[in-house]
Amino acid sequence: MSATELLQLFFDPELFERYGARMLDGLLVTAKLVAISFSLGLLLGLLLALGRLSRNSMLRGATGAYIYFFRGSPLLAQLFMLYYGLGSFRELWQDLGLWWFFRDAWYCSLLAFTLNTAAYQAEILRGSLQAVARGQHEAAAALGLSRRTTFFKVILPQSMLLAVGPLGNELILMVKASAIASLVTIYDLMGITKLAFSRTFDFQLYLWAALLYLLIVEVIRRLLRRIEMRLGRHLDT
Amino acid sequence: MLSTSSQTGALAPTPGLAQAVPRSRPAVEIQGMSKWYGAFQVLHDIDLSVQPGERIVLCGPSGSGKSTLIRCINRLEIAEQGRILVEGCDLSKVTTQAVKVRREIGMVFQHFNLFPHMSVLDNCSLAPTSVHGLSRKAAEERARHYLAKVGIENQADKYPSQLSGGQQQRVAIARALCMQPRIMLFDEPTSALDPEMVSEVLDVLVKLADSGMTMLCVTHEMGFARQVAQRVLFLDGGRIVEDSPPETFFNAPKSPRAQAFLTQILH
Ligand SMILES: Nc1ncnc2c1ncn2[C@@H]1O[C@H](COP(=O)(O)OP(=O)(O)OP(=O)(O)O)[C@@H](O)[C@H]1O
Ligand SMILES: [Mg+2]
Repeated sequence: MSATELLQLFFDPELFERYGARMLDGLLVTAKLVAISFSLGLLLGLLLALGRLSRNSMLRGATGAYIYFFRGSPLLAQLFMLYYGLGSFRELWQDLGLWWFFRDAWYCSLLAFTLNTAAYQAEILRGSLQAVARGQHEAAAALGLSRRTTFFKVILPQSMLLAVGPLGNELILMVKASAIASLVTIYDLMGITKLAFSRTFDFQLYLWAALLYLLIVEVIRRLLRRIEMRLGRHLDT
Repeated sequence: MLSTSSQTGALAPTPGLAQAVPRSRPAVEIQGMSKWYGAFQVLHDIDLSVQPGERIVLCGPSGSGKSTLIRCINRLEIAEQGRILVEGCDLSKVTTQAVKVRREIGMVFQHFNLFPHMSVLDNCSLAPTSVHGLSRKAAEERARHYLAKVGIENQADKYPSQLSGGQQQRVAIARALCMQPRIMLFDEPTSALDPEMVSEVLDVLVKLADSGMTMLCVTHEMGFARQVAQRVLFLDGGRIVEDSPPETFFNAPKSPRAQAFLTQILH
């Protein structure tokens, strides 16, 4: 086998010309899907974490059940349940004026990913909020700080330093898990790759896709390191 | 806003006339206070009256309830029984009042409990801005004033982790003073420090005592107690078993427990 033949096996310029740009489009769809659902999941996750730490036992129970359910069942099942399951109550949604949402695979994917990652992020945030030393709460109370100020100015910033690593891992897991959106007709990176493969039966498309996922993950890793350094700047002497 | 020390100074008893403190409304009055941790009773029926400007040292063996006692005064712990009046206000009745009363009471902890993610200046100006509603500028001015009082104005822009233990504890004192409290509680403020840093913190405490601040201090620094305290309380098993002026306490302790305790820590 000559060198050009070997190269042809991993990088066929003709194939690249045909599908390269579309795969980059798919990459953008993946990035958008993950970015939006991760951010919404962070907000929801923070609320859930506060619910878990609340003094109200009803709230603790309800948020606990939510987290238990979404962490305990497969994301794929959750996505199908939303898109095919809830999507089958067409008349109900039409009456409620929500059919535009549940008919759309994009919205259903966003919702499923948001609900799922929120459960994981809630546990990360709860752990990191609890890990802030008790003395910090006491110092804030002794100064007469309100609960709100104590949370936003004293506890949350310190817990974020602890949370940022695990949250980054969750983000990376989500990038990879987002590939299942392709199963409900989303043309994300994996969706495009599958489509292209079904037409060419050339496995190198999957190799490219893998490398592109790797690229996102690498970018996230680097960003994360910067954020960690910034949040932890008070620890350097 | 920088005239606080002179204001509190006006309340101060004349040095040497410690016993002649006018019997005005007590700064802190504890009546029949008992506290339990689960089934374990930590404090037994505590009665204590602290006059404005009075300086009290609490000592006693480990586990005797010293920390719990002073933490009940600013409601970091809630006593199940009895009354605590701070400047006449009954803390055990009205929980919402606790926040207000806490503004009158500053506390310094054994392990400083500074906010590690904030600069020294921000540590000191957070509460004045968010609780007293001061502008950032005014709060920083106040912070610098008290940082100067504890002798670390030039560290204002550092983070706590960049300071020595003694410096951190002085920041913690300045942070508490920035709320311009009328009563200061100290829970073993020097026992987490390296020996060579103890005196810099004690010096600040002595200065604060001279300014007329009402102080309750848990400490085993007996030299400090002799120099500064007007009363020494000795706790044992959750009871105040001795309450005397330092001369009496050190030279002629009444209870055998206090005698044993003193021989132990003075060798
Ligand atoms: N949160 C808590 N839960 C249960 N028991 C506690 C708690 N805090 C303190 N105790 C117990 O209450 C008793 C008094 O504790 P406290 O901290 O007031 O003692 P102390 O006199 O300050 O001792 P030390 O000199 O060691 O600081 C101890 O027996 C301690 O084990
Ligand atoms: Mg203690």
